[in-house]
Amino acid sequence: MNYFHELSTFLPAIVTTIAGLSALLLAAFKVSVRTVFGVTVVSLIVALGVSIGDLSGDTGVSFYGMISYGGTAAFGAFLVSMASLFTVLLSRDYLESIGQHVSEVYAMILFATTGMFGLAASNDLIMLFVGLETMSISLYVLAGLRKNEKEGAEASLKYFLLGAFSTGFLLYGIALIYGATGSTQYAEIAGAADFSLLFMAGVGMLLTGFFFKISAVPFHMWTPDVYQGTPTTLTAYFATASKAATFVALLLVLSTLLPDQEGSAWQEVLGLIAIITMVIGNLVALVQDNIKRMLAYSSIAHAGYLLVGLAAGSAAGYSGVLYYLFAYTVMNIGAFGVIAYYEMNKGLDFSDIKNFGGLGYSQPLMGVLLSLFLFSLAGIPPFVGFAGKYYVFAAAVDAGLISLAVIGVLASAASAYYYLRVMVYLYFRDAHKEVEWTEPGRLFRITLLLLALFTLYYGIEPVLTSQSLIELLSSLY
Amino acid sequence: MEYLLNITIYLPLLGIVAVLLSRTEAAIKWSSLVVTSLTFLLSLPLLSTFDIVNSHIPQYVTEGVQMLDGFDVKYLTGLDGLSLLLFMLTTLFGPIVILSSWQSVSKHLKGYYSMLLLLQTASLGVFAALDLVVFYVFFELSLIPMYFLIGIWGGAGRIQATLKFFIYTLVGSLIMLVALLYLGFHAGAVHPDLLFTLDWRFLSGSEYQIGLVEQTWLFLAFALAFCIKVPLFPFHTWLPYAHTEAPTAGSVVLAAIMLKMGTYGLVRVCLTIFPNAFMEFAPWFATLAVIGIVYGALVAMVQKDVKKLVAYSSVSHLGFVVLGIFALNTVAVQGAIIQMINHGLSTGALFLLVGMIYDRRHSRQISDFGGIARVVPLFAVLFMIATFASIGLPGLNGFVGEFLILTGSFFSELYDQPVFAIIAATGVILAAVYMLWMVQRVMFGPITHEENLKLKDLNAREVGLLIPLVLFMFWIGIRSEDYTRYSEQWVEHHITQTMEKSDLVLESAMYEELPGWAIRMYKPEATRELFTELPTKSQ
Repeated sequence: MNYFHELSTFLPAIVTTIAGLSALLLAAFKVSVRTVFGVTVVSLIVALGVSIGDLSGDTGVSFYGMISYGGTAAFGAFLVSMASLFTVLLSRDYLESIGQHVSEVYAMILFATTGMFGLAASNDLIMLFVGLETMSISLYVLAGLRKNEKEGAEASLKYFLLGAFSTGFLLYGIALIYGATGSTQYAEIAGAADFSLLFMAGVGMLLTGFFFKISAVPFHMWTPDVYQGTPTTLTAYFATASKAATFVALLLVLSTLLPDQEGSAWQEVLGLIAIITMVIGNLVALVQDNIKRMLAYSSIAHAGYLLVGLAAGSAAGYSGVLYYLFAYTVMNIGAFGVIAYYEMNKGLDFSDIKNFGGLGYSQPLMGVLLSLFLFSLAGIPPFVGFAGKYYVFAAAVDAGLISLAVIGVLASAASAYYYLRVMVYLYFRDAHKEVEWTEPGRLFRITLLLLALFTLYYGIEPVLTSQSLIELLSSLY
Repeated sequence: MEYLLNITIYLPLLGIVAVLLSRTEAAIKWSSLVVTSLTFLLSLPLLSTFDIVNSHIPQYVTEGVQMLDGFDVKYLTGLDGLSLLLFMLTTLFGPIVILSSWQSVSKHLKGYYSMLLLLQTASLGVFAALDLVVFYVFFELSLIPMYFLIGIWGGAGRIQATLKFFIYTLVGSLIMLVALLYLGFHAGAVHPDLLFTLDWRFLSGSEYQIGLVEQTWLFLAFALAFCIKVPLFPFHTWLPYAHTEAPTAGSVVLAAIMLKMGTYGLVRVCLTIFPNAFMEFAPWFATLAVIGIVYGALVAMVQKDVKKLVAYSSVSHLGFVVLGIFALNTVAVQGAIIQMINHGLSTGALFLLVGMIYDRRHSRQISDFGGIARVVPLFAVLFMIATFASIGLPGLNGFVGEFLILTGSFFSELYDQPVFAIIAATGVILAAVYMLWMVQRVMFGPITHEENLKLKDLNAREVGLLIPLVLFMFWIGIRSEDYTRYSEQWVEHHITQTMEKSDLVLESAMYEELPGWAIRMYKPEATRELFTELPTKSQ
């Protein structure tokens, strides 16, 4: 066995592990936080580069079938490292301004990212569990970063308790599946699946655990509180990186552990959960006045759209889901980033949407960027969010799930209201209190502009180039 | 020439860069004026080199690369007899709306002119798109600038008006999106080489047919989106709010161009792709159109606000267009196409004039005016011409369209009886009543308000921007064949093809299992009897 080859299949995770351990060590030796930040950024760029390279490389399984590499897993790693990189780039200025800029944050982000790499590459239920827990435990810590404030403690505790509860489901499901099939590897389970009560119950438990993590209704209760209490750039990290990793893992489970089984009801279950998630997520978001809670419910709704793609259960559906995850990551980090910028300025509570009056004029660049990200989240062409929705719903229609697609688009029509509402405050209402604005740092601004560029470019990319992203993703299946 | 078409579409978008880089207010205004004028001038060769004899075939076609293996989603633009004049109307209104805002808009100029330019590109894209995905993208893109135009530069109730406008239209178009996807896969299944296609040239061609059941649902989904946009009664409730609250330029673009996207879509998509459903539902839509004509006119009659009156007159006038489209004969559809242009010219001019008087008097209430013809004679003359064009006085453009539509619907086989045309004709009379009554109360009689004595007449800029519109009103009114000839071949070709396609679908439906409602609705049995009777007689 070629150890170097084995290791190279999991290179991004190895890079982030080393970087995370160094971050802890550097912190112990009182090296400046900015140096640790630099180490983190470099390691994430390396991980990103490696995962982009892996996209066009070969596919297979390694570590005795524990992980898969190349293809879907490589794209998962790409999403995770991209989301981590962008949130880290935005975090420095923001965390400094709220006085929480400590090296351990970066160590935790790197460990969580490592877990996500494992999760998004898992080919074995044990690996799935280890990846998920590595990620979750780091995230519980990050959620409680503002430990002296009530919201921070609430977010962390709630996230931990419900997260542990859901992990219990997941683990119990894994145990039952092992009992029914005698294996924890996806391919072997698929071969030995007998549709006994034991197996069905196991898969049900497994999916329940997933639904908790992707905050699908009715397992979504923790999301708004956690999103509200966590520092904003880290909320962006929760909403994108961890969701992307979990969705890729779910996709791997669905496509290799439960592929096309006769008489299985998974498709219907997923479709039903998708409907409830889209409808409840969007409806509750309508009445939120706290913008972070609104984005939390919007992220619930987006999980619903993603489930539509999974419910389609076809190659087009899976590539659509991966594309949507990319779109969602880019535009959501952008939206959280602008809000993080507002929060850096003292004088108003910028999580309250009512205080957004006139911000579009006092801060023109940020106003335009936020509008762009929100239009994209609402799925208005020509932004990347529309392209994502298009592929997902196209897959659903192709799979004959017309009613699911209709409910989906109607729910997303409702979503336009709350995204537009932010713009109503930004542009149509007057400011009611003066705020002394600080200029956004150069790094912060460049990161946001880059995200905006992606949002715009990938919305029109299919007509600009013949080597488009969706083409790449479709070739994975 | 195909490059020229794309340059015309995207030049306004590039103009936004110039606007954003401008440092002074004058530079912003002038750069957007130059860009839109240039767009108009560049579009003229498209008109002069257009091949009228083959107007049913899209010309100046740009075809992008196919996106995925078998998935035929690509950039595809071109102009044909249906879209050419609407495209030209859009480029014509570009400089006009810029000029109309010259003095009346003073806040956030960069944003304002950028939004107008973005709207211009989106509208041009809608009319030039030949792939339905591209069409959908531009259709939706046009919402964003209009949302901000109403929301930022609108009147007191602007926020509710703009949200209502946005959400209403979005619901319709999202339903259309699902129908679009379904249609794409269905067409891909029929197409020999592709898995998915929304190329209009294939969809409207005779080799592509859709079964009756699917056709019904798809037609209804598309028709809903377009009828909200038109707006057809009872989907019109967003329109009066949006119009009253929008700034002048917004109202003008909304009335002259954006509402046409709905009627244009009905012809472009519903008429050519879903022949059976189109013909079967024609009387229903004609009923709604006729209700809209009368209802819009009656509501317009009691309005106290001039702008709201013009807005309701739009509901009435667009009812005529819909009536003409669903009559499905050459005369009526020709009338509908030319009436789209006419409505754009006359209602656009009316909104411009209402905006001009509002800039001076800061009121649009009819009761605040009276006798102003003596104070502002130039304004009065132009206003009268636009009014007469709008109510269809012979010699002006409105007459041509309404006459063709009414004649066509009178003899329409689909409507079966002339009652639609007869009721619609009362709409013409009602239009004369509410428009002339409004003109009388605003223009003539004694001057009852002191302030009106000091009103200034139109200046050179304002007259200048109205002149082209008035010119076209007369030109179309006197020599309509100069304009109707562009769409003549298109209409003939596609109506014949629609009829043929519907027969083919009915024939194949005879051998299919259909649900009860579809049999009752389309009666393929009747066709079957026709076919089975023939051999028995010959025996």
